Amino acid sequence: MTKQRQNNILETVIHGFFLILGLVAVASVLVITVYLIVSGLPAIRQIGLFKFLFGKTWEPTSADPKYGILPFILTSVYGTAGAVVLGVPVGFFAAVYLSKAASARVRSVMEQAVGLLAGIPSVVYGLVGMLILVPGIRKLFHVPDGASLLAAIIVLAIMILPSIVKVSMTALDAVPKEYEDGSLALGATQVETWFRVSVPAARSGIAASVVLGVGRAIGEAMAVMMVSGNVANMPSLFQSVRFLTTGVASEMSYAADGSLQRQALFSIALVLFLFIMLINATLNLLLKKGGKDA
Amino acid sequence: MNHDMTPRRRFYNGCMRTLMYLSAVLVAALTLFLIAYVLIRGVPNLSWQLLTTKPSYLSGTIGILPDILNTVYIVILTLVIVLPVGVGAAVYLTEYAKNRRLAGLIEYAAETLSGIPSIIYGLVGMLVFCELFGMKTSLTAGALTLCIMNLPTVMRTTQESLKTVPQSLREGAFGLGAGKWRVIHTVVLPGSVDGIVSGCILSVGRILGESAALLFTAGFAHTLYGFFEGLQNPGATLTVALYVYAKEQGEFGVAFAIAAILMVLALVINFAAGLVGKRLKRREGR
Repeated sequence: MTKQRQNNILETVIHGFFLILGLVAVASVLVITVYLIVSGLPAIRQIGLFKFLFGKTWEPTSADPKYGILPFILTSVYGTAGAVVLGVPVGFFAAVYLSKAASARVRSVMEQAVGLLAGIPSVVYGLVGMLILVPGIRKLFHVPDGASLLAAIIVLAIMILPSIVKVSMTALDAVPKEYEDGSLALGATQVETWFRVSVPAARSGIAASVVLGVGRAIGEAMAVMMVSGNVANMPSLFQSVRFLTTGVASEMSYAADGSLQRQALFSIALVLFLFIMLINATLNLLLKKGGKDA
Repeated sequence: MNHDMTPRRRFYNGCMRTLMYLSAVLVAALTLFLIAYVLIRGVPNLSWQLLTTKPSYLSGTIGILPDILNTVYIVILTLVIVLPVGVGAAVYLTEYAKNRRLAGLIEYAAETLSGIPSIIYGLVGMLVFCELFGMKTSLTAGALTLCIMNLPTVMRTTQESLKTVPQSLREGAFGLGAGKWRVIHTVVLPGSVDGIVSGCILSVGRILGESAALLFTAGFAHTLYGFFEGLQNPGATLTVALYVYAKEQGEFGVAFAIAAILMVLALVINFAAGLVGKRLKRREGR
């Protein structure tokens, strides 16, 4: 009897223990959110929300310091949009090919290649970008410095490729074979079937892959830091620019403790976090919809 | 069938097919080019002296041994912490959780974590671990930050493989009179080893590639330390060292040597993950 009771207590303790481990993730999200809000708000309050978000100059160290992050926001938006414009078509067509047309062997080799592309550290992308893209852009377009928004866009486009290919492939693979058989039987060619039947059927998964890519691109810091020149200009394709992520990273190491400059960096991180949360919510919505369609 | 197609249809078919081939070739070519370029520029710069010494101002040489060791230390510490927590959380979700809403909340939190960019982890890690917990900039603070980043990965892979353990095995063990905990640690966990291993491999890959989260939490020193001493001190991992050498010091030879090491590691990890993943899939099929 006592043994049984001991066992019961033990089981309850273990259950509680696992519950705590399960809650670590929830606690982490809470801590991150609370910390970003608490450390990000004071500077925004001091600078003024409107001035902070829509100010066009960022000069935290000048005699009359200005804390406008519109250049960072726009650079992040343009950079991400550019990466999507370049990366999504390539990723999309490659995914259709790998899911529908490729032989098993080609597919497995290419899956390895895409996996590797996802596994290459972002600093390596940055390094290669620094030594190939930056001088390349300088020579090709005759601009004084190749470290520019364009270089960042190209690096980001390559870095989001794996997410787009992988997630789109999963969605395309899940399209019921009956749909395709039906289309073929009605006289459509293979290509027409893939693009007019399979792709529309997998559209929410493909959309999810794009949103995932957007999240990757907007959150990338190191690779972008290495190729974009890092000057707080308003975005322009051949100019040195600074993203939200690199805005945080580039000044954090020398901003004095407790200064408004340092606090403003946390506010930038808060803005970035809000962007990411918005993107995550969209992603969840799309994935849920995809689950219902299938 | 082909000969009676209208020109427009034929054009559409040809176009789409060409775009597909072009894109696939482009992806393959990019991958090959990246591997080849990094290895060709990096491998000639690898030398025994580079791999086995620390940077020395006296002789003006650069060595990356401290960075290699820092990377190893951080990988070890991160795995030691994140594996129990991640596996435990996955066990809770698949074996214990009866409250749907709570399980949903945990899963939603894990999804959210996997979407947060590493620079934000670095920032919050700095505020919480380095400042609030008084760890200063140290490998331990870096490793703890990476633990939270990798938690969703370990949780997801473990959960996937826990789901493949047949329900009948659990019922059999319960039928023999085993308690829940006994069933978990004698039947369920051993059956999901491959998922845990796969989570391990993916995490190692992410840790090796991470840099933004480590800049402000683990710092960028190149001092040689033993394991326990190292954990309390700041230190650069290979990726952070690459960044510093390339961006701040213009030492591209060293940067490419590190890039080549990272590239080989990425190849190995990708291959290993593929192997484990295949095993997992085979079991799911059964």
